[in-house]
Amino acid sequence: MMTDRFARALGWTSLALGTAQLAAPRAVTRLCGVDDAPGAATITRLVGGRELLHAALLLGGKTPARWTWTRMAGDAMDLGLLGRAAANRVGGRRRRALCALGAVAGIAALDAACAGGRARRARSPLQVRASITINKPRAEVYRFWRDLENLPTFMTHLESVRTLGEGRSRWRAKGPVIDLEWEAEIIDERAGDLIAWRSVPGKGVSNAGLVSFTDGPGGRGTVVDVSLEYGMRGRKLAAAVARMVGEHPEQQVRDDLRRFKQVMETGEVVRSEGSPEGHRALRQLHQHPAQPIGARA
Amino acid sequence: MKATVWTGRNSVEVQDVPDPAMLNARDAIVRVTSTAICGSDLHLVDGYIPTVKKGDILGHEFMGEVVEVGPGVRNLRPGDRVVVPFPIACGACFACEAELYSLCENSNPNAGMAEKLMGHSPAGIFGYSHMLGGFPGGQAEYVRVPFADVGPIKIEDDLPDEKVLFLSDIFPTGFMAAEMCAIRPGQTIAIWGAGPVGQLAAASAFLLGADRVIVIDRFPYRLKRAQRTGAEVLDYEEVNVLDALRDMTGGRGPDACIEAVGMEAHHPTPAMYAYDRSKQAARLETERPYALREAIMACRNGGVVSVVGVYGGFVDKFPMGTVMNRSLTIRAGQCHVQRYMRPLLDRIRSGEIDPSFVISHRMPLSEAPRGFELFKHKQDECNKVVLTP
Repeated sequence: MMTDRFARALGWTSLALGTAQLAAPRAVTRLCGVDDAPGAATITRLVGGRELLHAALLLGGKTPARWTWTRMAGDAMDLGLLGRAAANRVGGRRRRALCALGAVAGIAALDAACAGGRARRARSPLQVRASITINKPRAEVYRFWRDLENLPTFMTHLESVRTLGEGRSRWRAKGPVIDLEWEAEIIDERAGDLIAWRSVPGKGVSNAGLVSFTDGPGGRGTVVDVSLEYGMRGRKLAAAVARMVGEHPEQQVRDDLRRFKQVMETGEVVRSEGSPEGHRALRQLHQHPAQPIGARA
Repeated sequence: MKATVWTGRNSVEVQDVPDPAMLNARDAIVRVTSTAICGSDLHLVDGYIPTVKKGDILGHEFMGEVVEVGPGVRNLRPGDRVVVPFPIACGACFACEAELYSLCENSNPNAGMAEKLMGHSPAGIFGYSHMLGGFPGGQAEYVRVPFADVGPIKIEDDLPDEKVLFLSDIFPTGFMAAEMCAIRPGQTIAIWGAGPVGQLAAASAFLLGADRVIVIDRFPYRLKRAQRTGAEVLDYEEVNVLDALRDMTGGRGPDACIEAVGMEAHHPTPAMYAYDRSKQAARLETERPYALREAIMACRNGGVVSVVGVYGGFVDKFPMGTVMNRSLTIRAGQCHVQRYMRPLLDRIRSGEIDPSFVISHRMPLSEAPRGFELFKHKQDECNKVVLTP
């Protein structure tokens, strides 16, 4: 979030710079000490156009931080141009060109910091959370989930869960190329309230999770709340599954919970001819976001 | 089997498709004896409802004979005659317990898709896009009916198909439109749209005790049909509707306004029409909400606007100032058909109403494309088409 806000600020900078370069190219060339070069105004206008493109990408997108690399490419180009200009000039023009060079270098440093922040965030664990209300008593809902071997009936990416005793279990998930496996252990458990687990270190994909069960307000069934965390290797699993089923990990968990609700309330996963295999993950490929079909010609 | 299939924008065909098969324990397979083309099917054919795919079977108004039931269905047997409601409902979730069947929380396997457009997902609907479940429709020889133990109603006497078929959608929809108006004696109800739902809403408004009903449309033959229910009519191409309604109601406006038009409305002023038409073409909005805007403007202070016309997404220039400053109540919804089937069947049986008065055309299923053509372009005074497989 912070990174995105930072990127957004950089977008406004691009907008201001681009507008100035397009509206008053000559003033800008004078300020940078390159007003003596033929075609300087044209180049300034082109650079201004490029800045507006950065601005559109950074201000228009939902996740602006990923577009900071476009600004870094632009910075490299500007530094090159200004460096050459400063080297070939003397006196006041050289001083102004060096000032401009320093300013661009400063901006480049900010861009790099922003891009670096994004990269760091990409390496941190992936956290996903979702909840659903199920029209059944808490004890019943808890009991079904606690029998971990039931989980693949509604979790699309799971092939099987085998309980090994002493709170340990072996999980198999279908990957796009190879099957993924890991061993998990229950680390906390309060009957009817919550189950927490984590993968056994060194035994496959690293992940951890907590599912809690609470009474819905006014006797409205049971609220099931799931939090999942994937470590570095788990991230790969999440990404692979996301690629395979064509949806965001958060959406996946929500859909899993919805199928859990179907199983608890209606006895099975509801299937339509549009998704005949019901809970088979590959069919979910077709779950794309809804968009209006183009209007008639 | 044969079925009416969407083959692209403005194109439907009757094709050979695979027979339906049981997928869940509470399924039934129904051999369709009568089915109908609904006004809301036109939004699908015109390409305005998202996530329809080539090859999807259309139709959500149908009835027929049960030929197979799953082990989870105990109240139906092969040979039973049933009318099937268009929303699919599980009967077990919070929404179903509250009799809000078109909001069933379990019947849409593609709920994630609908969530992205609407925030939360409504129920699955037969033949109404993948966003609403991807269930094949009823304009076919056979249909798989999920949760068959909850929705379908058995017809145990010899009432002909035509009298009971519309229990599947338009009669309950028209009735719910009137019911949402909370009609009291002495009230005047205005209805936008004199299509089959508007006509049945007019009849229902009288059943529920309305004093006057005023129906608004631009096709004389539809207005004439609406008149048969006892309603007064206005042709919006002839008169200014707001002025006319003000005059007819002593300057106060109708007590409740029913909007039975939906997203593809028309406007008599070319400039007004062009505004939303071009925004729709540029995908800046998904609807042309003239009837909705006008219903809100026309309603008396503190009145009810009841919306059963189908909308797909986002409306532009919505007169919220009117709604707020004049204390209007907006009620809307896909019909919770299951809630109304039994009481409305009783009304049909007792002779209080015969909804078959809306039928103008009967043809075999194989002629469905012609039926769509006639209905869509209002040719041959087409009002409601019933198809027989």
